[in-house]
Amino acid sequence: MKSLEELQKIKERALQRRKLSGEGTRARIIVAMGTCGIAAGARDTMAAILKTLEEKKITDVTVTQTGCMGLCEYEPIVQVKVGEEDLITYGHIDVNRVPELIEKHLIGGEPMEAWIIQPSS
Amino acid sequence: MVYRAHVLLSSAAEQSGEIEQALLDSLYNLNLQDEVQVLEVATLGNPRLEPQIVVYPEGIQYVKLTPENVQHIVEEHLYKGRLVEDLMYVEEPVEPLPAPSTKEIRVVLRNIGKIDPLNIEDYIAENGYQALAKALTEMTPEEVMEEMKISGLRGRGGAGFPTWLKWSFAQRASGDAKYVICNGDEGDPGAFMNRRVLEGDPHSVIEGMAIAAYVIGAEKGYFYVRAEYPIAINTLRVAIEQAREYGLLGENIFGSGFDFDIEIRMGAGAFVCGEETALMHSIEGKRGMPRTRPPFPAQSGLWQKPTNINNVESYANVPQILLKGGEWFASMGTEKSKGTKTFAIAGKVKRTGLVEVPLGITIREIVYDVGGGILNDKKFKAVQTGGPMGGCIPEQYLDMPVDYETLGKVGSIMGSGGFVVMDEETCMVDIARFFMEFVQDESCGKCVPCRVGTRRMLEILTDICEGRGKPGDIERLEELGEYIRKGSLCGLGQGAPNPVLSTIKYFRDEYEAHIYDKQCPAKVCRKLIEYKIDPDTCIGCTRCARNCPVNCISGEAKEVHVINPDVCIRCGICSQVCPVDAVHIY
Repeated sequence: MKSLEELQKIKERALQRRKLSGEGTRARIIVAMGTCGIAAGARDTMAAILKTLEEKKITDVTVTQTGCMGLCEYEPIVQVKVGEEDLITYGHIDVNRVPELIEKHLIGGEPMEAWIIQPSS
Repeated sequence: MVYRAHVLLSSAAEQSGEIEQALLDSLYNLNLQDEVQVLEVATLGNPRLEPQIVVYPEGIQYVKLTPENVQHIVEEHLYKGRLVEDLMYVEEPVEPLPAPSTKEIRVVLRNIGKIDPLNIEDYIAENGYQALAKALTEMTPEEVMEEMKISGLRGRGGAGFPTWLKWSFAQRASGDAKYVICNGDEGDPGAFMNRRVLEGDPHSVIEGMAIAAYVIGAEKGYFYVRAEYPIAINTLRVAIEQAREYGLLGENIFGSGFDFDIEIRMGAGAFVCGEETALMHSIEGKRGMPRTRPPFPAQSGLWQKPTNINNVESYANVPQILLKGGEWFASMGTEKSKGTKTFAIAGKVKRTGLVEVPLGITIREIVYDVGGGILNDKKFKAVQTGGPMGGCIPEQYLDMPVDYETLGKVGSIMGSGGFVVMDEETCMVDIARFFMEFVQDESCGKCVPCRVGTRRMLEILTDICEGRGKPGDIERLEELGEYIRKGSLCGLGQGAPNPVLSTIKYFRDEYEAHIYDKQCPAKVCRKLIEYKIDPDTCIGCTRCARNCPVNCISGEAKEVHVINPDVCIRCGICSQVCPVDAVHIY
């Protein structure tokens, strides 16, 4: 890193990438993988997500991870962002809930209302 | 005997006696009593589904039962092998999960849960490394320090020493090499503030360290993280490698001529290594024991070189202070305690977990608004702040602001941010004994008052809890506590008596009840309580006798049962399984 300009360029690139435009990415799934998440089964959830996407031959969805967002009692937490829609945060997404989540939200386009952690009031 | 099927019966419901009777009668009527075993369990989970049973080997759960449909289940499922679908448990639609309504402000935790910690570009997208760039290209070390001074940031490891002042000592010290250290040896039981930062946003700490290094003139930094945090260490390792790749660690960062690199050192689990001088000994490969100060690390620290050592959370605050300005940071908090602080809320509250709140918030707000109130709506009794060396703060101080000075005034400490809430069912003597056991175990043994004194205190506390307390014990504890506090080198010894002294101060009557009346008012200390069956309530169902692990309950069916206190181990199972609540603690 030689200059502030270089840092700015990386920042813009990263922001661009986040917007998901032009990379053949339609949606993003984020799995919380702090110690709390992993203890609650986030690794299995992550594996199930990857497996389900593969089985359903979905290739335009990126799966990333993040840390603990402070809602440890809701782990495993999975966030889903489809296109320009709001990021939706789901709680208690264990392996059994993964196929339905992907089927309904990612394929059907309808969020699973019952599993959503409501935004802070 | 081998059974072909098993029925688990939850004894949590009021009607479970009738259900059990109906179950046994129906089995007997169909001559299934030798084929099907009925096992009572304390609970099968969700109380809203009571009375309920689970039938194995199929694992079918039948819920909301009546004696009549139990008979139906036996006839259909167990006799004819047909499932009774309309009584089976169907997953109810889950109510939307409510998120806590919080009084949180996120500064340290701003990126956590938002960015991918394994991807440096995610951090850069959130203005990552802009503060380092600003410091290196636009500011002198003095200007950075001035901004830190305006911010009023104080050490988040617990002692609360002004961060800028610490930096200025290390900056002024002369030496051919200087070091910065990040203290990530988070050892307090139940505390995981630093782990979350290291796992979720490692670059903010790396950036903060690099800025500190620039200010004091260091080229080398060490991360000291406990080996019990494997995920944090791995995340950190990836983060350091990526920072090197992007030229944010290494030589001539931002073309400024500033060189800086970081290494990770893992702690082997000794609690005392969180103390700065012990920590530096540990990095040097020596036995982790504290030493006398002065000289302070800023003059003679790691390998006798000037060293700046800060906590994970302190460093994580630094980039934001430089980007948004010291004034912004100082606008949060109280006059002497600025900014926010992370707390690990544990114990008897509805929502445990990690929160970040502005300093100066009251204990009541943390317990009731952020923590959601006391579990099962019981009564608040005390809160212990600051980890095992913190004091217990009673109800009368619920509206006290949480800041460094106020906590100190009532006999506790800020510490690294432990926050253990206790309700009316917590015995304060037992709690004091628990924490004394911890510090006694973790005392490194260098200072005699700490090594021997904590042992003696633990013995006295154990005696009190087990009914061997004698007049003079309280005074002895106070006296020992004072000696240990005065005669120990480091924070572990100096703080070790806090839980005992504070509970004596605020809950002396509980100690006296244990010592003079041989009673535990909270009914926790096993040696001081006795389980008894109320003869007027007991229906003679035999359930307690059948579930007692030491067979100390006698009585015929339909007659009053009696517990033999000499054999009873006070496990409390009888009171859990009793359908009519006839078992009481005295």
